[in-house]
Amino acid sequence: MLEQFAQLTINGLITGTILALTGVGASLVFGIQRIANFAHGEYLTFAAYAGLLLNATYGQNLVVATAGAMAATAILAVAIHFGVLRPLRGRGLVATSLITVGIGLMLRDVIFMVVGPQTRQFEIDQTAVYDLTLVRISPGQAVAIAITIVVAPAVALLLARTPIGKAMRAVADNRDLAAISGIDVERIGTYVWLLAGALAGLGGTMFAVVQGTFDPNLGFQVLFLIFTTVVLGGIGSAYGALMAGIVLGLAMELSTWSGFAGGLEARFKPVLAFAVLIGLLLYRPQGLFGRARVF
Amino acid sequence: MSDLVLTVRDLRAGYGDEDVLHGVSIDVMRGSIVAVIGPNGSGKSTLLKTIYGLVPARHGNVMLLDEAGGSHDLTGLRPNRITALGVNMVPQLANVFPDMSVLENLEIGALPARERFAAQMEKVLHALPLLRAMLHKRAAALSGGQRQMLGVARALMSDPKLLILDEPSAGLAPAVLEEVFAKVKAINATGVSILMVEQKARQCLAMADYGYVLEQGRNRLQGRGQDLLNDEEVVRLYLGVQRRQTGRARDGRDGPPTPP
Repeated sequence: MLEQFAQLTINGLITGTILALTGVGASLVFGIQRIANFAHGEYLTFAAYAGLLLNATYGQNLVVATAGAMAATAILAVAIHFGVLRPLRGRGLVATSLITVGIGLMLRDVIFMVVGPQTRQFEIDQTAVYDLTLVRISPGQAVAIAITIVVAPAVALLLARTPIGKAMRAVADNRDLAAISGIDVERIGTYVWLLAGALAGLGGTMFAVVQGTFDPNLGFQVLFLIFTTVVLGGIGSAYGALMAGIVLGLAMELSTWSGFAGGLEARFKPVLAFAVLIGLLLYRPQGLFGRARVF
Repeated sequence: MSDLVLTVRDLRAGYGDEDVLHGVSIDVMRGSIVAVIGPNGSGKSTLLKTIYGLVPARHGNVMLLDEAGGSHDLTGLRPNRITALGVNMVPQLANVFPDMSVLENLEIGALPARERFAAQMEKVLHALPLLRAMLHKRAAALSGGQRQMLGVARALMSDPKLLILDEPSAGLAPAVLEEVFAKVKAINATGVSILMVEQKARQCLAMADYGYVLEQGRNRLQGRGQDLLNDEEVVRLYLGVQRRQTGRARDGRDGPPTPP
């Protein structure tokens, strides 16, 4: 039972870190651009196939494939920002959010048309298992751990220490005051899409690698987990999303532990995630780390 | 007059289809404190937001003048460009970054002049020493008065020559209010020109070199702060309200109000 607990903790940390990194991007986008981006899941799907192209077709290793997917998705996000979302700014939160629903549907269908509905997998040995006495991890998980262990602290440092990270948090916190303080909020608005796109790129490839197989529904399936992370952390709060992603990943995995009232059936994991969200919002509507806001 | 730092001419602006400002003109003399007072809805806050480019001007212009006689047209500039020209503002109530620490608030304030951060920080903490003990506190955890001080400190970090204050007294207890006003006067004494909007007309005019009274988005009266304080019309329209209220309060307790 202890081994199962350790195993679930590792699995939860991996899922949680990927959710956290993707959630930071989505949360900053909401704070800075005032957009609930329903197309965010499709950015992840796009990234998974961009990574697969580099990995399977061009024979690149997973680190190069992930980096390539991050760059491609960052460019996609900025292109959609300049092409669609920025020209439509000022139409209100509901209108812009609905537009992102449409962008998401279009992206998903285009991906379906291009790659077809069949499941795919990255070029890694899906049968291999590394046995580390207490826990066993797959090569896909090992890659995810290796990459997120570098990227997660880098993102945290970017936000906490660099002028550009502080400026992003400032704009998310109080846009007018950030502008008065001399920050070019338009430029930060572009940077935040670059960052959110790159992190969605990372999330997409990592989810695909960890799951083993994936299809064009990959992103749509995790979209609501990403939103849960954003809301749980307090909308617009970068640190909140980082923490909330890890908490959510752990909670979902550990709920299946047999020591926890026999364990929840695995397919109910998302149900647990939303039950936690609803429960939390009843008592703390501003999220774990957020503060009350008026939109 | 080359001793002006800011001129606003015939400014019109508003939200949606409605104009809030119908042509307001003001001047700020270099090194002075200029107060803008007026009832709720007279356009005081909109005036400041329009000067700073947060609300687009529909007519008129805003000029920033430097000592050498040069001038910059601020009309149509984005707020960050205006800050780069040596202006800063403390907005009403939403005057800090609540999710960030006091130190981070000051760092954000210094972004336009990052290379002078350490020196400027020492100067600002010398002027507002109470912040020194709370540098690592989250701004959301500060009291109203401390927030106001932090808002002013953040603005001073960019070393502005003109500081704009939008109702610094909003939400403050009377004792704290006096402290904030004293700090404003001290900052002005270091050579920073001040343009402030206030509801607390009496205290504000008492410390101002010059004052403007707005009414329904138009200039109504203007003059030296002391003159406005004693102006019959100002007393009747704005300051008198306070006297009547105190008089009425006395009514109930100990007979008719004593005449002034």
